[in-house]
Amino acid sequence: MASTYHAHKNKLLNWQPGASIETLRKRAALLAEIRRFFQKRNVLELETPCLSRHSVSDPFLDPLTVIRSESEQAETKENKTFYLQTSPEYAMKRMLAAGFSDIFQISKCFRDDEIGRYHNPEFTMLEWYRSGFDMQALIDEVVELLRLCLKTDSHQQVTYTQLFQTHFELEPNRASLKTLLDLCCADNIRDYAKLIYQDSTCGKLSKEAAKDGLLQLLFNTYIEPYIGAEAPCIVTHFPASQAALAKLDDSGQFGLRFEVYYKQIELANGFEELTCAKTQRMRFEKDNELRRQLGKPQRDLDERFLAALEHGLPSCAGVALGMDRLIMLSLGKSHIQEVLTFDFNQA
Amino acid sequence: MANFSTNEFKAGLKVMIDGEPCSILENEYVKPGKGQAFNRVRIRKLISGKVLEKTFRSGESVEGADVMDTDLAYLYTDGEFWHFMNNETFEQIAADAKAVGDNAKWLVENDVCTLTLFNGSPIAVTPPNFVELEITETDPGLKGDTAGTGGKPATLSTGAVVRVPLFVQQGEVIKVDTRSGEYVSRAQK
Repeated sequence: MASTYHAHKNKLLNWQPGASIETLRKRAALLAEIRRFFQKRNVLELETPCLSRHSVSDPFLDPLTVIRSESEQAETKENKTFYLQTSPEYAMKRMLAAGFSDIFQISKCFRDDEIGRYHNPEFTMLEWYRSGFDMQALIDEVVELLRLCLKTDSHQQVTYTQLFQTHFELEPNRASLKTLLDLCCADNIRDYAKLIYQDSTCGKLSKEAAKDGLLQLLFNTYIEPYIGAEAPCIVTHFPASQAALAKLDDSGQFGLRFEVYYKQIELANGFEELTCAKTQRMRFEKDNELRRQLGKPQRDLDERFLAALEHGLPSCAGVALGMDRLIMLSLGKSHIQEVLTFDFNQA
Repeated sequence: MANFSTNEFKAGLKVMIDGEPCSILENEYVKPGKGQAFNRVRIRKLISGKVLEKTFRSGESVEGADVMDTDLAYLYTDGEFWHFMNNETFEQIAADAKAVGDNAKWLVENDVCTLTLFNGSPIAVTPPNFVELEITETDPGLKGDTAGTGGKPATLSTGAVVRVPLFVQQGEVIKVDTRSGEYVSRAQK
């Protein structure tokens, strides 16, 4: 009786993969092609841990936490809590400091609560680092990889400031918070923009963080839909406040950070890497300050990573590219679940 | 009523937005490269029927709306209210002109309609997809005409006006698609 019931219930359960056999064959072929691309360039494939004592300080990334079961080795809370990596960035930079000059990794990364057409909490990232490369040299290499994977024969390159000048006749670095709020006047975004503005005026959120929030809202609503429609669009020189782990340019106003947009998809994010341990520590502390403002948990600084920077990181550039999105673009798929064996809801 | 977080938003969920019951049509998760995630949500306001887009912080919660659909048979109108009855419990509910709206012209006695109730009161009345109504007035068509051509206007017993083929005559009962307001066929007797 019970087994009949389960047999019936299981018939209703969708256990089948989201991606077709054809898609998964092409996915495998693309992965093989990417590995050949890096082999030819003498870039070494590495595997760093998925599970780590530390998570990134980025206030807008939520890691998945793993609690080790009771054991003698895991008596203290610190020894019990681990994080699934949101990207292999810190570990790969430790490898660079240890003397590996050109490395790449294709690994699973995890970000909690990121679910949508282009997001799955567990996803595959392609991340690579090139010693001696500046931002432009790495952009050129990304463009070559896209040519190989997506058969694109051209691309555009534009700065963040140029985009805001074209779309809003505005210098994003100089614009006041109020000016940005006034630009968010359309019905669909006004209330959201006001919330950010109010958080800043009542002192809950720093002015800089509020400005970034509004700039990102304007960028996503009015600029992103119009760039990279025909050919990949590479946006460079983000405001210093959005530099993340990138070096600043000589003016100190812009981060040497780039993003690749193509067909409404944000495909890759790269940096000419910050190598100064002292500045890195300050940015971590600033992230924690923003986390405090947002009511998010503080992150312990990853001292092993900072020690590696103190030892010395070669001057280098690195980029992280969403593999699942690359496969979506390559095969013209509109939802990430079409290129995964089993998406989060089916896993 | 329970609260729903943006990651629980999916098509069909009924929530309160700006003090009005709304139905979620679409929910898109947006995460800027290095910034706070938000959700772009398309909603339909259930009272006005207006469709609009709103942006929410990811993880933000909104209150659920006490909205339910119930199937009731249409009885009659007294001019001010349209009366419906639950065929099982015989309980009656009256809907006002605001709730019935343009759909008044598709209400046929004993037809089972869907009433959308908000806090127990009707805010929308959806007639069946197909209703059968008698033609009370239409010009006589030309003899021998079959389907096709432009047709002619016909007034139905409820006051609704639809275009019908020329061969359909006054006094006949026809089947109409209430979603498009278009003639489907002569009623099967």
